[in-house]
Amino acid sequence: MRFRVSVNVMPRSEISDPQGQAVERTLPGIGFQAFTRVRIGKRINFLLEAADKSAAEAAVSSACERLLANPVIEEFEFEISPDEEPAPGEGSG
Amino acid sequence: MTIRVGVVVFPGSNCEQDALHALRFLRAQTEYVWHQETGLSGFDAVILPGGFAYGDYLRTGAMAAHSPVMKAVKEFAAEGGPVIGICNGFQILCEAGLLPGALRRNTGLKFRCMPVRVRVETVDSPFTHGTWPGEILTIPINHFEGNYYCDAECLAELDIERRVAFRYCDEEGEATDASNPNGAAANIAGILSAKRNVLGLMPHPERAVDPDVGGTDGQLIFVSMLSTLVT
Repeated sequence: MRFRVSVNVMPRSEISDPQGQAVERTLPGIGFQAFTRVRIGKRINFLLEAADKSAAEAAVSSACERLLANPVIEEFEFEISPDEEPAPGEGSG
Repeated sequence: MTIRVGVVVFPGSNCEQDALHALRFLRAQTEYVWHQETGLSGFDAVILPGGFAYGDYLRTGAMAAHSPVMKAVKEFAAEGGPVIGICNGFQILCEAGLLPGALRRNTGLKFRCMPVRVRVETVDSPFTHGTWPGEILTIPINHFEGNYYCDAECLAELDIERRVAFRYCDEEGEATDASNPNGAAANIAGILSAKRNVLGLMPHPERAVDPDVGGTDGQLIFVSMLSTLVT
């Protein structure tokens, strides 16, 4: 089965985020008041072939711990859904 | 005898020539080692130089930590061989798990490029045994992500085991907030592995070796290391 995966990586909550702080300080200056606790992370999307959803989850979790996120400073969460779209070249047409 | 030092070159390294020049200036036979190499046989010490390995994509050092040469560096370190990671090299050592913690964006989001003072915190290492305890060295820094972080437990462990090699300090040798250029935890500029044979540091000692181009305090670190290799 092919799965569509989306990983969100964020700085751990106990860690300061200088980028988020800089954005938070800039927002009021251009008229956006009351934006607080701005934190900046990253989103990583990919397709994954796996036998089933639990195998996909295990693979993604392992990839996050080993490369996609650094557990020392970052936490991650991910969503996995079956990929319905045919891959290029697999279309019926 | 001849001491052979390997300077690892990743795509995106940009301080390998400085490191090569510094070590050759100190009379060590020094060669580049391409990141695809799988062995380090014949080398007595290894340096991971500064730069932007793999473009700093994802996180600084993240991809470089998984390159073929790093498996060899891990084996080399496990056998007790001295390894120095400078700046981006320090980031790679942390990502590879050879040193604890991580390097984050500088507080204030400023790229810092200037000479700084660091205080020698332990002389019990191959890289600092030729210095005096508390000696203040002036060495340049040049980084955007040098803000050392590890959790409180790890920080306590580094202290108890005396594995902080250098702290940013002022001219009196005090590790003050004002002398901390990047927000690093406890003013940490460099740390040692548990076996003390791996050093990671943000300052660039290779740029403080040749008196023609900016001081000689960095010599102490390399000469210390080289002298441990003379048998």
